[in-house]
Amino acid sequence: MIGIINYGAGNIFSLTAALNRQNIAFGMINKPEEIDLYSHLIIPGVGHAGLAMQKLQESMLVEDIKKTTKPVLGICVGMQLLTQSSEEGNCNLLNIFPLKTLLFDKKLGIKIPHMGWNEIYFNSNPLFEGIKTETQFYFVHSYYIEQSEKYSIAKANYGLSFSAAIQKDNFYGVQFHPEKSGIAGEQLLKNFSQI
Amino acid sequence: MLSKRIIPCLDVKDGRTVKGVNFVNLIDAGNPVELAWQYAQQGADELVFLDISATNEKRKTTLEMVKAVALQLNIPFTIGGGISSIEDADALLNAGADKISINSAAVKNPKLIEDLANTFGKQFVVLAVDSKEINNKNIVHLNGGRLATDLETENWIKQAEEMGAGEILLTSMDFDGTKKGFDCKLLAKINAQINIPIIASGGAGNIQHFTEVFETAKVDAALAASIFHFGEVKIPELKLELKNNNIAVRI
Repeated sequence: MIGIINYGAGNIFSLTAALNRQNIAFGMINKPEEIDLYSHLIIPGVGHAGLAMQKLQESMLVEDIKKTTKPVLGICVGMQLLTQSSEEGNCNLLNIFPLKTLLFDKKLGIKIPHMGWNEIYFNSNPLFEGIKTETQFYFVHSYYIEQSEKYSIAKANYGLSFSAAIQKDNFYGVQFHPEKSGIAGEQLLKNFSQI
Repeated sequence: MLSKRIIPCLDVKDGRTVKGVNFVNLIDAGNPVELAWQYAQQGADELVFLDISATNEKRKTTLEMVKAVALQLNIPFTIGGGISSIEDADALLNAGADKISINSAAVKNPKLIEDLANTFGKQFVVLAVDSKEINNKNIVHLNGGRLATDLETENWIKQAEEMGAGEILLTSMDFDGTKKGFDCKLLAKINAQINIPIIASGGAGNIQHFTEVFETAKVDAALAASIFHFGEVKIPELKLELKNNNIAVRI
């Protein structure tokens, strides 16, 4: 069963609705001891990375998340939290991935936020089982995670090439919103629940 | 490449969709959940619900509707109409809305844009602007185009961007309902001066109008209502045509 880290950063209605539609069982994690009740963890997140990190620290869940061996999926800001730091609020984050979260540069001739449907490119990964590379997912973000040979498992292009999804051992992160990305997004959530 | 978005707009009153909708396979055309789901199946990239309920009391029904839609819909949606405070927006966010659109409340109290953006993030805040040309000037109008303000459209949108609006939904009241095409001149002008996404609205009559607005005004999204509801423009055909014109779309 999936445990959703419920640390108060953004709305999780859409996520729980998507899990319900896929008949994926889930519950809420409000304090450290509740992590033990679940096999998988999702870190949602909308809004400001610095504030989200602050809230996560207040929830006392940071250490347990860092040392867990359960599959973890960070979504959007929840993914960015897994990185080393963010330019949003110039904050240090969980540092599970030695990667930086950076602000899109409008000098690249792009509008910010990156909002809408964009293709992602990936090689085979259990997270993308049954999904074709170049499938479009729904993105809404102004900050991105730099591309990494080692950790990027999917990339997308917006002014530059960035990490659409990352993985390190049991930790996964997706920059797009699977809960808002049609059938492909629902498939991804299902795939994660079966990892 | 980021796709251009196609957005059907649904008017809702007291929690029900209004205006004629002419889908053959629709059981209940007034049911926003069923309609939203149908549009998602057809390939709509996003939906906008415009709440035209007259009273705050009736808007509570809308909140229930938003929840019901969010439970079923797997694409993003925006809700607009009658939002004038952080509390209104918060209730809609918690009911599952991805974005809210504000219009007259922002004109009356521009700080609302800033407050909403600071509270929920700018990606949550869509500024809807109804513009009408008067004496060669583009003037912001309220009440569905009936009430002129002192604001020039260009200045107002620029100000809103600075205050934290995350997206602009620009309706040309001169073109709305005419089916002669989008107001590409106005849209191109506004688009050139902002760095946030812009949704074109008003005037779509056929598939070519969409190609035209994406090619000439370079807008990020195009919105229409009745031509989709009555099946005059079918989304799968529209997207295929856009693709054939080398416009990035999600098929």
